[in-house]
Amino acid sequence: MLKLNAHTITNKEYFYGHKACGGCGESLALRHAMKILGENSFAALPAGCMAAVSFIYPNMAFTTNAMITPFAATASVASGIAAGLKALGIENTQTIGIAGDGGTADIGFQALSGAIDRNADIIFITTDNEAYMNTGIQKSGLTPYGTKTTTSPAGENLPGSITQKKNMFEIVAAHGITYAATASVGYIEDFLKKVQKAKDTKGTSYIQVFVPCPTGWGYPANETVSLAKAVVDSGLWYLAEYENGEFMLNKNPKEFTSAKDYLKKQSRFKHLNDADIEYIEEQRDKKWEIMRRKWNY
Amino acid sequence: MSKQKKFICGDDAVAEGVRLARPHVISAYPITPQTITVERLAEYVEEGSLKAEYLHVESEHSALSCAIGVSSVGARAFTATSSQGLLYMAEALPYASGARLPIVMMNANRSIATPWNIYGDQMDAMFLLNSGWIQYYVEDAQEAMDMMIQAYRLAETKEVMTPVMVNIDGFVLTHTYELVEIPEQSLVDEFLPPISMPENSMSLESPKSLCISAGNDTNMEFNMKQHFDMLNSEYFIEAIDKEFGDKFGRYYNGMLEGINMDDAEIALITTGTVTGTTRVVLKKLRKEGKKVGLIKLRVLRPFPVEKLAEVLKGVKAVGVIDKNISFGYEGTVFTNVNSALSTMENMPKTMNFIGGIGGRDITKEDIEIAYEKLFEFLQGEKIERVQYMNVRCDY
Ligand SMILES: Cc1ncc(C[n+]2csc(CCOP(=O)(O)OP(=O)(O)O)c2C)c(N)n1
Ligand code: SF4
Ligand SMILES: [Mg+2]
Repeated sequence: MLKLNAHTITNKEYFYGHKACGGCGESLALRHAMKILGENSFAALPAGCMAAVSFIYPNMAFTTNAMITPFAATASVASGIAAGLKALGIENTQTIGIAGDGGTADIGFQALSGAIDRNADIIFITTDNEAYMNTGIQKSGLTPYGTKTTTSPAGENLPGSITQKKNMFEIVAAHGITYAATASVGYIEDFLKKVQKAKDTKGTSYIQVFVPCPTGWGYPANETVSLAKAVVDSGLWYLAEYENGEFMLNKNPKEFTSAKDYLKKQSRFKHLNDADIEYIEEQRDKKWEIMRRKWNY
Repeated sequence: MSKQKKFICGDDAVAEGVRLARPHVISAYPITPQTITVERLAEYVEEGSLKAEYLHVESEHSALSCAIGVSSVGARAFTATSSQGLLYMAEALPYASGARLPIVMMNANRSIATPWNIYGDQMDAMFLLNSGWIQYYVEDAQEAMDMMIQAYRLAETKEVMTPVMVNIDGFVLTHTYELVEIPEQSLVDEFLPPISMPENSMSLESPKSLCISAGNDTNMEFNMKQHFDMLNSEYFIEAIDKEFGDKFGRYYNGMLEGINMDDAEIALITTGTVTGTTRVVLKKLRKEGKKVGLIKLRVLRPFPVEKLAEVLKGVKAVGVIDKNISFGYEGTVFTNVNSALSTMENMPKTMNFIGGIGGRDITKEDIEIAYEKLFEFLQGEKIERVQYMNVRCDY
């Protein structure tokens, strides 16, 4: 297969003219995903930043078919689209759901689980910016420990969010899904490859892509890609796949780069002290120990 | 050629009607007293007598959301629910109507928790009167089946493009067996052509963005268009019912049916199955020489303002039977009727009879009492305007 990178993917744009902030990681992920998915795509997006910035009448950012869904209903609307197309005998199409972390791991979770159970012929892409951004940076189920959000303030008594990031990737895999992967816009070629794999998959596939958000995280807009790399290199996020019932690590760093460096670049983590960071590193190491042991690395 | 008749329950009749309407996709979640319908449809799909995708969704919210997806690409969608399920999918109802998606849903009218209760009243559908869905209420199994076919024809009419909810009283209709005439598929196919909605569906030929956002500079206009198309759908409801009558020999009088209204002094207004009981009482009272009438409201949205005022001309007192309460006010149909009647030059006196909550029977005796109270009310006796039928506690 042709290696997918900036040179080999199409120059065509299927997603542009939206009103996302400069440096928005989500819109970057969408733009690239759409280049792989192509013009026969039917996209379903729930409430969230991407829906909010792309369908403002009369300016529509998708050149393909696309629609906003109720917040909880990404996977169900998408599977309805796929079923409708199938029943009408319309072939060579690609139905995708594109939801934020909240739209996936919280309110959209049930519908996603149902769609995977039905093995709906859809790709579900989670653009994970680790909070409810569209409503002004509130904590979601994918907000990691120690994050300051507007509903998990950091103060004398609390270090921001006190729960661990929900393990969506393995939860999805536990359904016995055909294909699932994690990705990051910091490793865009890896992401493109995974979108292509999902496109080639019959039945449900899931990709959770890490997408920094300058506005919600508090960092300069030109740092989006470097932060999306740093999170993987520091082991605070990981690139993995689940296929044919097996887990795979696409990157298994011998040594992690500094978690502190990654965290301290963002105002959402500015308040963390050394003990907090040590705890975060401990949790990271524990997660990697389990992943490596369970997945035979 | 002999006509095919089947002895089936209301839920079965709905399933028969849906099969004849040939939806592309069915997505529904079980809830008493709707379940028989979705079980039958699953059987039809399994045996191949209905060529459709059957989606086993994990909730009512997803049932309607799937239907939204189906309809958004121009395919015919069906869902069915009841009570808690209808409320659970509530968020998606205005979503579908705002996007002008011609989905058809059967709602088996059932009481709402708490207290929990599986029996029939009409509280569930009244909750969603403002959801932008056309609402039919039917009286018997034959009408239930026929209206599934009419509902698709109406919803998919270009000028209407609005989802339709057909309300079937829980148990009294869903689980009651009647002889139902099943029309021939070929006739139904003539009456209900394949769905075509190129202007408001996504397609490869003409890609679109749907369910968009519209700011305060355009939002009201979108809502106005929806509102006026719904108001104007009254014309199509009447026309489609007439055409149905010509083709199948069963005509339901469109928005409402007036019975013995020509010389009636007092009349009761009903929705759904209580109409049947009232017909029996009406016959008896007429035999006794009482000038009583009955109006069966078949559609609550759009509301038949002019037709209702017309049929009530000369009537002195009207009672509305409501199988619902709008807590802190009165019966919802009553509120709607009063507003419509205020357009009349000589508005009749109006009374509300709230009953049947949680599936309590509304008996012939209850209805006879209602007619009597209306006569007393008319004669100027001091009597509460809102009456509660057959209540066993002090209030
Ligand atoms: C049923 C419902 N509840 C709440 C909201 C409000 N809401 C809109 S977008 C949003 C947050 C979206 O967060 P996420 O899914 O992470 O996407 P992001 O904005 O971060 O891209 C919320 C809470 C809504 N639109 N609908
Ligand atoms: S707030 Fe964040 S996710 Fe939303 S548009 Fe701006 S950068 Fe993108
Ligand atoms: Mg988010």
